[in-house]
Amino acid sequence: MKKFLERFYLVFIFIFLYAPIAALVILSFNESKYMSQWGGFSLKWYVDMFESSLIMSALRNTLLIAALSSVIATIIGTAACLAIHQMKPRSRAVIMGLTNIPMLNADIVTGISLMLCFIAFGISLGFQTVLIAHITFNIPYVILSVMPKVRQLEPSTYEAALDLGATPLYAFFKITFPDILPGILSGFLLAFTMSLDDFIITHFTKGAGINTLSTLIYSEVRKGIRPSLYALSSILFVSVLILLLIINRPKRNAEKNA
Amino acid sequence: MKWTRKLLAGPYLIWMAGFILIPLGLIFYYGLTDSSGAFTLENIMAITDPQRANSLWRALKLALISTVICLAAAYPLAMILKRIAKNRSSLIVFIFVLPMWMNFLLRTMAWQVLLDRNGVINNVLGFFHLPRLNIINTQTAIIFGMVYNFLPFMVLPLYNVLMKIGNDVVEAAYDLGATKVQTFFHVILPLSVPGIISGITMVFVPALTTFVISNLLGGGMILLIGNVIEQEFTFTSNWHLGSGLSLVLMVFILISMALIAKYDKEGEGGAF
Amino acid sequence: MKDVLIDLRNITKSFDGTMVLDDLNLSVKENEFVTLLGPSGCGKTTTLRIIGGFVTPDQGQVIFEGKDITSLPPNKRPVNTVFQKYALFPHMDVAENIAFGLRIKGKSKQYIRDKISYALKLVNLDGYEHRQVTSLSGGQQQRIAIARAIVNEPRVLLLDEPLGALDLKLRQDMQYELIRLKNELGITFIYVTHDQEEALTMSDTIVVMNQGYIQQMGTPEDIYNEPENAFVADFIGDSNLLDGMMIEDKLVEVLGARFACVDTGFGTMQPVDVVIRPEDVELVSPGEGTIDGVVSHLIFKGVHYEMEVTARGFEWLVHSTACFPVGTEVGIRVDPFNIQIMNKPVDDDEKAVGNGEMD
Repeated sequence: MKKFLERFYLVFIFIFLYAPIAALVILSFNESKYMSQWGGFSLKWYVDMFESSLIMSALRNTLLIAALSSVIATIIGTAACLAIHQMKPRSRAVIMGLTNIPMLNADIVTGISLMLCFIAFGISLGFQTVLIAHITFNIPYVILSVMPKVRQLEPSTYEAALDLGATPLYAFFKITFPDILPGILSGFLLAFTMSLDDFIITHFTKGAGINTLSTLIYSEVRKGIRPSLYALSSILFVSVLILLLIINRPKRNAEKNA
Repeated sequence: MKWTRKLLAGPYLIWMAGFILIPLGLIFYYGLTDSSGAFTLENIMAITDPQRANSLWRALKLALISTVICLAAAYPLAMILKRIAKNRSSLIVFIFVLPMWMNFLLRTMAWQVLLDRNGVINNVLGFFHLPRLNIINTQTAIIFGMVYNFLPFMVLPLYNVLMKIGNDVVEAAYDLGATKVQTFFHVILPLSVPGIISGITMVFVPALTTFVISNLLGGGMILLIGNVIEQEFTFTSNWHLGSGLSLVLMVFILISMALIAKYDKEGEGGAF
Repeated sequence: MKDVLIDLRNITKSFDGTMVLDDLNLSVKENEFVTLLGPSGCGKTTTLRIIGGFVTPDQGQVIFEGKDITSLPPNKRPVNTVFQKYALFPHMDVAENIAFGLRIKGKSKQYIRDKISYALKLVNLDGYEHRQVTSLSGGQQQRIAIARAIVNEPRVLLLDEPLGALDLKLRQDMQYELIRLKNELGITFIYVTHDQEEALTMSDTIVVMNQGYIQQMGTPEDIYNEPENAFVADFIGDSNLLDGMMIEDKLVEVLGARFACVDTGFGTMQPVDVVIRPEDVELVSPGEGTIDGVVSHLIFKGVHYEMEVTARGFEWLVHSTACFPVGTEVGIRVDPFNIQIMNKPVDDDEKAVGNGEMD
């Protein structure tokens, strides 16, 4: 009985999390433009999506910003972890506190503060400001993923490599790097996801000229969102789902690494 | 070697100083000055205006209710996940992070379809002859959206902190005569406090400050403090007033940070 | 004769299809210090957890003072456990940890206070009431874990390798400490360890286990001097384990030489296992012993010299206070009383059962 209740609850939460996603995927095949009407099966929104330059440029911006910001954040964040680990507990605590600010701060405050900063220093709002903003909020996700791995590092293996004649750089890439790689990868993935899903901070830092998918969708909320955007999001979601399933499948044992 | 390694933190420190500390300083500057640059508390006192005070009060109320619901829903969930998903933490993170690949605004909008008067949920309820839900464009819908969007941020820290509680302390409690209920209240619950605090913060802060969920599910009629601030920046362009109101919001954020610092020194309540 | 306190009857337990305990029978008497000794995976911890109530046996009964407690949950059993890694509650200080069981039982504040200071005195940690448990050393944490268990006045204290995480010196100190505690409290201790020295030092009774079976049960002297099978002989202390042939009663042939012994009843011309402890091998001048050999290794061990003597293709391990340099030719002599004869196991299964069931 207890087992049944547990299963039931898990299924309920799962449906709660994924029902809107299922609804959107179904609606992307809806002939009708209106969310609440089913006008029959159609692929027209998938065609429409590729023909809309507005959507395509928003998609390009979104993916470019997500890729660039997560790569840069991963490099800066990983380097920072290696350095923070060497510091005294006191300065380590101060820096980790600093790292927590964008995590705990409200997105709206982070967004507004960055906007004020860009304008105050005369940086015109556009692609570059969105990129900077995304790097800023992505770094903490990388640090929080990589830091535990760095903490688990066995200093003696690195020292053993030096003892056996490796240069520090060689020892790092052959010994340290493979050990923290799972943390770096999950940090990168998390950063990419957060960047992709962000609306609020982008909303304040983007200026008038450019759109990401989020801001494009928000601008269409009032007049009704074109189902082409459902189609696009469905493609994104399903391709990531398949990709992650493929990655996770063969190495079930490595699952605890993330 | 050790000294050069510390240099690796350089880019990070410069970045965080430039794009976290200076921008926050600017909010303080704008919030505490008027358009001529003179010091004033007017922007902060503006919160006492009945309409703004109401929006803050409403946001606090909705955020609090959502946080309580998230905690109540997530705690048993995390307990179940701990039991059935030993050593599979990346799968759990996967399940809760994956929905973010479907755009946040679209996911939230989709609830409109599902919750609609003639939507899927009401049709299912009708099929079982249950009373229909009529919550679209109400505060209930906003709470619903908050719980939906922020539940993962409650589940993950709780799951992480519960996974760290060793089976041996639980057995020790049974051994010393505690029943399952006593063990829960005297051992498991107190040990999971860092995760609870972390989860509460990660749900309460974004719920308190959101303007998107209220916009999407409240039909644009229900204003929260986030909506008021957003409008000061995007429509009225009164940055001083907007910054002043943001400072008011930051009081709550600071309280959350202080709580985390107090109860989660080791950072063990982290979500990821 | 003391009364039987705990009786395990025909206990069988398997995990994921692997048999851990097979038809185990064990009686523990009142006020006894019983040690379950064996290599990892022998079923000793499972046995302890069955007594503690954390594991339910697939078959068999746990009888406590004549009452069947097999299905009684741990919180209702009159036993308490000291866990391997202490399992102290990290969010409570020392006093709160010790008070846990008493608070659950709803004892008065005064009673709890008295009990805490009594228990802390008993484990030599006077005045540690309000220390954080995480700030204590391993040895101190272990004493707190013991204090936390004994304030509940259990009839039996179960100890699961409690000294495993401590360093050697501390471990030896704690052994004496545990004997003293046991004598002061006058309760039954059931102790699990894989360390034979610990078992020999502290126990009234040692239960040697392997592969889910009891190999031998007896006093430390019995176990050491009269191992009932090759496993016990090999596991407890160092020994020379040789293949032999029982020529007749009181005469055994080993490595082609005939040794007088005191064992009878093994039949004639029967293959047997022969155990000779290294300190029981006497080295004499060549020709004066039963067989001759050459010293091939010599190590000074402090109390004695440890030597290896190659004789008729076998490396004899010898402990002696006399020193014979490498290369010395020696004779080997063994007092008949110090030769231990054991039946050979017939097949693998019986090897695991050993002689435990044959008596």
